[in-house]
Amino acid sequence: MTVSIQSSPFDMGAEVRSFAESVSGAGAIVTFSGLVRDDDGKLTAMEIEHYPAMTESAVEAIRVEAMERWSLLGAVIIHRYGRLEPGEQIMMVATAARHRSDAFMAAEFLMDYLKSRAPFWKKEIGPDGENWVAARDEDEDALSRW
Amino acid sequence: MIEVLYFAWLRERVGERSEMIETGAATVAELVEELRTRSEAHALAFSDMTSVRVAIDQDLADMNASLAGVREVAFFPPMTGG
Repeated sequence: MTVSIQSSPFDMGAEVRSFAESVSGAGAIVTFSGLVRDDDGKLTAMEIEHYPAMTESAVEAIRVEAMERWSLLGAVIIHRYGRLEPGEQIMMVATAARHRSDAFMAAEFLMDYLKSRAPFWKKEIGPDGENWVAARDEDEDALSRW
Repeated sequence: MIEVLYFAWLRERVGERSEMIETGAATVAELVEELRTRSEAHALAFSDMTSVRVAIDQDLADMNASLAGVREVAFFPPMTGG
């Protein structure tokens, strides 16, 4: 499994172990996990909406591009949707390469692109109401470095 | 007929997840012009096009893209994944 779009939680340790076992010749595995920030009690939950017919293919296209740009032995992406509580894992990426530089750069590339080019939208739900998270200019600018 | 989908606050403002539209629009921009006339809610949803993105048959596109042969057009705000 290289891309999973799911509502259920995942066990990052187990995912990384099975990924590590699936790649041979790796000298480096970089993992990143994004969490729902607990904003000093101002956040009750985060609701993540996505575009089911498009999400998996869009994420896979980003993954394939990373595989082509860097010398990777593998890359996996898990991204959740639905209602998540503070502290829960939203998503993870893992990249494997012979050397760490490729693994680090590809993981950063994946994160930048998942943020701005994968069809997910976050809504913050707090005691005072609901609020769609706005995309930041920095997120779009981050793409230009690649 | 084109199926038009809405996500996130565009969905909330329009008040629909999707609608089937009979249209002669040649481009996304022309379709948006038509959609704006459907209701005040549509007009409000499409009032600031700098914060509207579009996908055509599940691929990101721009407002000048052609609708020839297209079956599904989705409108949504800038994405906030990750």
